[in-house]
Amino acid sequence: MAARLSAPAAAPAAGAARPLLLALEHVDKLFGRDVVALRDMTLEVRPGDFVSLLGPSGCGKSTALRLIAGLIQPTRGRVRWEDAQARETLGVVFQEPTLMPWATVSENVWLPLRLRGVSRRAALPQIEEALTTVGLLRFRHAYPRELSGGMKMRVSIARALVTRPRLILMDEPFAALDEITRFKLNNDLLEMRAKLGCTVIFVTHSVFESVFLSDRIVIMAARPGRVIRELGVSEPYPRSEAFRTSTDYVDHCRAASEALAQAMEGTAHDG
Amino acid sequence: MTLADPARLASAAAAAPVVDAEEVARLAAERRERIARWLLPFAVFLALIGLWQWYVVAWEVPHYRLPGPVLVAETLARDFGTLSGSWWTTLRVTLMALALAVLGGAGLAILFTQSRWIELSLFPYMVVLQVTPIIAIAPLIFIYIDSHIARVLFIAWIVAFFPILSNTAIGLKSSDHNLRDLMAIYRASRWQRLRYLQLPAALPYFLGGLRIAGGLALIGAVVAEFTMGSGGQAAGLAFRILESSYRMQIPRMFSALILIVLTGIAIYLLISALSWLLLHKWHESALKRET
Ligand SMILES: Nc1ncnc2c1ncn2[C@@H]1O[C@H](COP(=O)(O)OP(=O)(O)OP(=O)(O)O)[C@@H](O)[C@H]1O
Ligand SMILES: [Mg+2]
Repeated sequence: MAARLSAPAAAPAAGAARPLLLALEHVDKLFGRDVVALRDMTLEVRPGDFVSLLGPSGCGKSTALRLIAGLIQPTRGRVRWEDAQARETLGVVFQEPTLMPWATVSENVWLPLRLRGVSRRAALPQIEEALTTVGLLRFRHAYPRELSGGMKMRVSIARALVTRPRLILMDEPFAALDEITRFKLNNDLLEMRAKLGCTVIFVTHSVFESVFLSDRIVIMAARPGRVIRELGVSEPYPRSEAFRTSTDYVDHCRAASEALAQAMEGTAHDG
Repeated sequence: MTLADPARLASAAAAAPVVDAEEVARLAAERRERIARWLLPFAVFLALIGLWQWYVVAWEVPHYRLPGPVLVAETLARDFGTLSGSWWTTLRVTLMALALAVLGGAGLAILFTQSRWIELSLFPYMVVLQVTPIIAIAPLIFIYIDSHIARVLFIAWIVAFFPILSNTAIGLKSSDHNLRDLMAIYRASRWQRLRYLQLPAALPYFLGGLRIAGGLALIGAVVAEFTMGSGGQAAGLAFRILESSYRMQIPRMFSALILIVLTGIAIYLLISALSWLLLHKWHESALKRET
C-alpha cells in the first residue's frame, strides 16, 4: 500500500508502449434474456489514463464500471487485470455521496481500511491525508447531514482515496451538483490526480466535463450499449480554468458532440 | 464552496450585527410551542380531574360506582404498601417480557437476513403467532406450561415481540444499495456488513418497534395475570383489579389502574429518551429541522 504511483509517466502519444493496467476484452453483458446492456465492449486502460465514458442514458456506462468493480460478471468476454495492486486498492465514487449518516466524516473515510481490519489509530494518518487532499480536514468530526452536497461528494472522494488507489472509478460523481460547485470539483479532481498520480475511469453524460477532465473519451451508444468511437484530448495536464475558454476546448467539445449525435442517431432508428 | 468572499462577509457581519425581526419572532414562536407542549396536556389533565371531582360531588355518585379523584388518591396512599408490591410484580414481568421480546425479535430478524431460506420458512409462523388472539390460547398455555412465571412471560412475549421483529427485519434490509455495493467492493465479510452497515441502518426501525413493544409488553403482562391468576406468587396489579372488583373496592381498583397507566407512560417516555440519545446526532426522526 505504501508504494505510490508517480505522476503519469510519458505523454499519451507514447501510450502504446506503456503497460496495461486493465482491459475489457469483447465484453457482453445481458440482463435477463434480452436486455443487452453491453455488446462487444473492448477498452484498454493504462496507468495514468483519465478515461471518460460518455453517452446517453442507458448505454451501459454504469454497467461497465460495475463489471470493472467486480460487482457483476460479464456474460461473455472478460475483464483482465494486469495490476493486482490496483485491483486490491480500487477506489469507487458513486453518483450519490453514499455516506453512512450515522458515522462522522472521518469514520466514513475510515470504512475501507476498517473493513481490512486497520484500527482507527493506525488508519488515522491515511484518513487525515485523504481529508486534507479534499480540503475537509476541519470537518472530520461533522456528520454528513451537516455538510453541503459538494462537501459530501468530497468526503466520498476522500473515502475512495484512503486506500491510496492506483485506479479510481467514478460514476457521474458531480451530476447532481450545481455548475459552480461542479467546475470547482473538476479543477480539484485534476489537481488531486496530478498529486496522487492515479488512473481514473470517469462516467459522465456531459460533453464539457469529459473534454475538460480526460485525455481519452470513449463515446457509447444505447440499445444495445456499445462503444461508438474514441477521441483523444491532446491538451496537456495540468489544465487550468483558461482551457475552458480556449478554442481547442471548443473544437474538442464540437468533435465529441458530433460523435455523440451520431451515437444518438443510431439509437433513434432502433427505438 | 460559495461565490462570496468569506472575509468580506465576515467583516460585514461584524460591522452591523443585524437583529432580524423575523428571526426573533420565529424563536419566540418556537419557545411558546415548547412550553405549550407540556402546559396544554397538563392543563387538560387538571381540567378533567376537576370535572371528575365536581361530577362526583355534585351528582352525589356513590363511591362504589365512581369514586372521585380525591378518594382514589387517598386509597392509593393508604394501600400503597400492598399495591406497590403488586406493581413491582407486574413491572418485573413487563420488563422481562420486553427484554425477551428484544432478544427474540431482533435475534430472529438478524437470523432472517442471514438466510433467506430460514426467513421464508419461519416468517409465516411469526405472523400466525401475532394474529392468534392470545386469550383464546391461554387455556392451552395453562395446560402445557407448568411454571407460572414461564406462562406469564410467554404470553407477554407473544404480545410484544412482533413489532420488534418486523421493524428490525425491515430496517436490516433498508440499507442503501450503493453502500451495499461499496461493502462488496471492499470485500466486507457477512459479519462486517451486518455490523457496520445493516445494524446501524436498522437502529431507528428497531427503536420504533421497541416503542410499540414497550406498551404491548405491559398489556401482555396484564392479560397474562388476568388469564393465569397469581399462581400462588406475589399478585400483580391485574390481579388486584380483579380482586377489588369481586370485593366491590372500586376506589382501589382505580388506584391499581392508575399505577398501570403511569407505568405505561413511564415506559414510553424512557424509550423515547433512549431513542433520542441514540439517534439525535444523525437521524431525521430525531432531528430538529431548522426550517
Ligand atoms: N440490474 C439490472 N437488471 C436489468 N437491467 C439492467 C440492470 N442494470 C442495468 N440494466 C439495463 O442495462 C442498460 C444499461 O444500464 P446502465 O445503468 O449501465 O446505463 P447508464 O449508461 O449508466 O445510464 P445512466 O446514464 O442513466 O446512468 C439499461 O437499459 C438498463 O435498463
Ligand atoms: Mg449510470
